[in-house]
Amino acid sequence: MSNFTVAVSPHIKDKENTASIMRDVLIALCPALIASTIIFGARALLVTAICVAFAVGGEWVFDKIVKKPSTIGDLSAVVTGVLLAYNLPVGIPLWQAAFGSLVAIIVVKQLFGGLGQNFANPAITARVVMLLAFSSTMTAWVIPSTPGFLYEAAARFSNAVSGASDAVSSATPLVILKGEVSGTLPPILNMLLGFRGGCLGETSAIALILGGAYLLFRRVISWHTPVAFIGTVFLFTLLVKGDVNYSVYQVLSGGLLLGALFMATDYSTTPSTDWGRIIFGVGCGLITVLIRVWGNYPEGVSFSILLMNILTPYISKATRKKPLGGVKA
Amino acid sequence: MFSKTLHGVRVPHRKNTAGAAPERMPVPAIVTIPMSMHIGAPAKPVVNAGDEVSVGQLIAEAGGFVSSPIYSGVSGKVKKLDNMLMSGGQFVPAVTIETDGKQTLFEGIAAPRVTNLEEFIDAVRKSGVVGLGGAGFPTAVKLSVKDLSKIEAVIINGAECEPYITSDTRTMLDDADLVWEGIELLKEYLQVKRIIIGIEDNKPQCVSAFRKRCKAGDGVEVRALPALYPQGGEKVLIYNTIGRVVPEGKLPIDAGAIVINCTTLAAVAKYIKTGMPLVEKCVTVDGSAVKNPKNVIAPIGTPVKELFEFCGGFKTEPKKVLYGGPMMGLAVPDLDAPVLKNTNAVLAFDEKDAVLPTETNCIKCGRCVAHCPFNLAPADIETAFRLKKPEDLEALKVNLCMECGCCAYVCPANRPLVQVNKLAKVMLRDYQSAQKAAAEMLKAKKAKEEENK
Repeated sequence: MSNFTVAVSPHIKDKENTASIMRDVLIALCPALIASTIIFGARALLVTAICVAFAVGGEWVFDKIVKKPSTIGDLSAVVTGVLLAYNLPVGIPLWQAAFGSLVAIIVVKQLFGGLGQNFANPAITARVVMLLAFSSTMTAWVIPSTPGFLYEAAARFSNAVSGASDAVSSATPLVILKGEVSGTLPPILNMLLGFRGGCLGETSAIALILGGAYLLFRRVISWHTPVAFIGTVFLFTLLVKGDVNYSVYQVLSGGLLLGALFMATDYSTTPSTDWGRIIFGVGCGLITVLIRVWGNYPEGVSFSILLMNILTPYISKATRKKPLGGVKA
Repeated sequence: MFSKTLHGVRVPHRKNTAGAAPERMPVPAIVTIPMSMHIGAPAKPVVNAGDEVSVGQLIAEAGGFVSSPIYSGVSGKVKKLDNMLMSGGQFVPAVTIETDGKQTLFEGIAAPRVTNLEEFIDAVRKSGVVGLGGAGFPTAVKLSVKDLSKIEAVIINGAECEPYITSDTRTMLDDADLVWEGIELLKEYLQVKRIIIGIEDNKPQCVSAFRKRCKAGDGVEVRALPALYPQGGEKVLIYNTIGRVVPEGKLPIDAGAIVINCTTLAAVAKYIKTGMPLVEKCVTVDGSAVKNPKNVIAPIGTPVKELFEFCGGFKTEPKKVLYGGPMMGLAVPDLDAPVLKNTNAVLAFDEKDAVLPTETNCIKCGRCVAHCPFNLAPADIETAFRLKKPEDLEALKVNLCMECGCCAYVCPANRPLVQVNKLAKVMLRDYQSAQKAAAEMLKAKKAKEEENK
């Protein structure tokens, strides 16, 4: 007789949804984008824009081809695009950035069933693919010059528009730490602010920590993975070298903060239990240090997260909570 | 990770009617009383069409041990006995009474004689009282404890953790005397040494009202519990007050506790004091579509339509109508649904609140796991259910789920987790009974082979 909606309880819902979570992640990524633009110039914005455009466009086209409703509204493709851009050197050719974005979205995410179904972090996997495919451009670092940076930034902005670059190629702190090339490490203040060589979104520790703090405050991420990951890197390197200064540089170098705060906390590809997240973080930390100290590559964050992604289902299962009052069958 | 209270969710309180003393509504023209308003066997009608009935008169007797008698809340004439479709989807016999508006009291109403445990339990059985917090489990069965020494504590449930509902709040404020008399009865007949009144701290007036009554050494304590849904869940309340876990497949009494809702206790006390059985309910009428939200006292069987009319009707067109609160309440298909014994609220929501959220992919955020009071893994249960793996459901203990809805409330992908858990329980039950049957067949076959040797 009437047209009431009948549905199973609960009949109310909190305000969070996938898009709102992704929006929070994007907000948290903003400080690093601003820092990156100041440090590396407007080209950082351009690379990010290209990655986002191709990630979102790739997802939209893929959904069209397989005749599925479009999922770009959940903003996860935007996050993937931004994260991939943050993992690229600022001088990367734009077509390579676009290619990487398509690999991330189509190969790593959509082909596995879309958001939540992929077992590996799309941005990380794409970065690793690009590292192998475009080894030279992926390791062509530009090192920004030190303060006076607002002036520099303004100059760079105009240069970027005209296509010139005043930044010089140089080794990253990690390469120097490894002792493969000689050079002086940037002062700690530069490490915190981000005036050092590296991928465009990974250098400013302060900007990344600010974003991470926002995600923790909004309860989008929990403290377990970042603390376990960063803590393990710090303690393990301390154990290896016995030098606090060295360990601090290890923590601030490379993509560790970006990885620990934004990539190792990705929901789909990391464990969903507290203990699982701790194990995941510790595993990432161990692998990172092994690669950085004894491996062939100067940086191991991406590889460590990717390797731990593969273990995630097992970690999740092993750390599943014991149901309250449950009796073993 | 290391918390001592169980997980839950912070739901909006929306206790709009907390300050509204219940109003008695005019007697409806017709009441429809289903014979199954409790867990257990349906009651058996003892009246026939055409019979005159009065207020407090028995119209159906208990249909078994786990059952409960039903009394009329109106005076009038029995119009018909037939089957009605309940919101749960099952047909149950129902007695329809045409009221005469006089509300003549049944002449047989008299306070029962209660001097010992047996008479007390018998009185509770005759009162027609069932768990009024929502579950509808016959109270007499709950109180029939074989070994009284097992009762370490009786917990009076005044948590009322569902949004909107304030009928228990009103019981605690307006009928505190009855609740207290109930406590005295429990102390006397069940020899309970420790009584804990558990109230969520969003009802400070109730907490202080009972604290004032407690005296040192009387064994009654009031616990102001954090307003964290589902604080009023039986097992949750037991854990959060006395720190005990009810093991799988066991009853609260096995953890040394009995939990009884405050309104249930007041109804028991009322019957023992006056002889008036459970015939009417205080119902919170609220929701975004209701003009003047109120607490309404209505005879059992009153169509919810009349409750809404008494509250000024609808300010916007209702699109979803619930029995009970928004977290665990049952959506009803039309406004003819009657007030049941365990109805503590009827809510009507407008179009905006009735929109069903769009399901998206599970993003494995783990929020369902983090918020489940019983540490279940709803996302994994959903996967196991969709893959039709009852053996996984068994290991995941879906049978422990109380369907509180925390998982679905927090799910950012709007997965229908409660619905899946309900269906998964059925799948698991079917699987387990098939397993059992197979095992028995095998046993029988082996026994036969032995014989043939």
